[in-house]
Amino acid sequence: MNQSDGNVNSVDYKTIFMDGWWDNNVALSQMLALCPLLAVTTSATNGLGMGLATLVVLISANLVASVLRNIVTPQVRIPVFIVLIASIVTLVDMWLNAWMHELYKVLGLFIPLIVTNCAILGRVESFASKNSPLPALADAMAMGLGFLWVLVIIGAARELLGSGTLFAHASLLLGPHFEWLEITVIPEYQGILLLVLPPGGFLMLGFLLSLKRLIDRTARYKQDSTAETVSPTSTIEANP
Amino acid sequence: MSIFTATKEASYRKRLGYHSTLLAGICCMVATFILMGHMSTRSDIEEAIKQDELAMLAEVLPMSLYDNDLLADKLTVTDHLDSTDTRQVYVAKQDDKITGFALPAIGNGYSGDINLIVGIGAKGEVIGVRVISHAETPGLGDKIEIAKDSWILVFNGKSLNNTAEHNWAVKKDGGEIDQFSGATITPRAVVNAVHKCLNFFMQNQAQLVLASINETKPEDDSKTSSQKTSEVPNESI
Repeated sequence: MNQSDGNVNSVDYKTIFMDGWWDNNVALSQMLALCPLLAVTTSATNGLGMGLATLVVLISANLVASVLRNIVTPQVRIPVFIVLIASIVTLVDMWLNAWMHELYKVLGLFIPLIVTNCAILGRVESFASKNSPLPALADAMAMGLGFLWVLVIIGAARELLGSGTLFAHASLLLGPHFEWLEITVIPEYQGILLLVLPPGGFLMLGFLLSLKRLIDRTARYKQDSTAETVSPTSTIEANP
Repeated sequence: MSIFTATKEASYRKRLGYHSTLLAGICCMVATFILMGHMSTRSDIEEAIKQDELAMLAEVLPMSLYDNDLLADKLTVTDHLDSTDTRQVYVAKQDDKITGFALPAIGNGYSGDINLIVGIGAKGEVIGVRVISHAETPGLGDKIEIAKDSWILVFNGKSLNNTAEHNWAVKKDGGEIDQFSGATITPRAVVNAVHKCLNFFMQNQAQLVLASINETKPEDDSKTSSQKTSEVPNESI
């Protein structure tokens, strides 16, 4: 958690966004929120929907926690934040059910899962409760979008290999304008059933994690070779 | 939590009373918001659920078959042979004549209950069967969904009259209904549930018709009942 432990007064938005997207990604670096991640990523559309819902909750929770940060005392902060997050999720759940019912039918099962998403409490606790609303908003956007792309990538990979489609039923989620997203990549495809079943989630997450490590390590090597400093510590750092 | 001590901390913030009041205050505030949210969405949610139910019924009972409000003409019928078997039956009527019924059915699937809705015509034939919810294996058992496969349409037009008792089974069990590759338990569960549902309907047809007549306006009771007897054949009895 590089940013959250840094200086509170100076706000570096670029670091915030890079942290959320890659360096300190919720799922791939902090290894948080794996329960909803594994549960919903059976298709790219599900991943996208869950990612969007999480993003909305994360933004609202960060904003509220940031506004209340001078009132809340350390002793009761955890119950206060949990109550706030749970009620935001409940409200989102009700609004979706009432006004976007088609979407709710797709996502309804997963919305309550967001409460159990420790990434949200994590961001509220480690960032929003120490920063003013604007950086807290930026952090929520960065972390939420970082989680979103991981969900979509894992969902897409599992859907592609498991059922041969991409973004099936996306128009249910985003409206009829997005029907072009629904692609049958491999028609009459029998599919690798394993990837749609729960083990597939673990496998894909494992592949993505090792891919990220690999990219990080190559980036480090490149950096080292351009600086022409061959330090043995760099390889150790790359394998925490 | 060095950050909290870093800000100037007033002495009242250290008291126990402040913590509990704060927590209580936040809870009250949040409860108010949720209450407001509930009030503003309740009627919309009820309407959406009602629309869902109607859309589901329209799948198994064509709209052209009825002009009544199916959700209002709902009966609770208990099997006269098995008092544990109670079902909510929707009665479809056109000009106050019974044209069909929609009954729920539950199949004992590979991984939990398969909830079905079965549309039955006035002559006891299946109009349509649809799966409402299930937990079958994706890619294998989920071919019972109309969105995945057309298998569920094999029931259309089948009745206890045109399909003999022993034919109400998947081919593997000597029946005439196809199973699909990789899954036998799921189609078997659906076939059994539909068969049981038809038996339930036949056993309790008299009770059903009587109940739905009593439900119509009392003043033209005699008129409708005479119509009913001519309209609904009693092949089961």
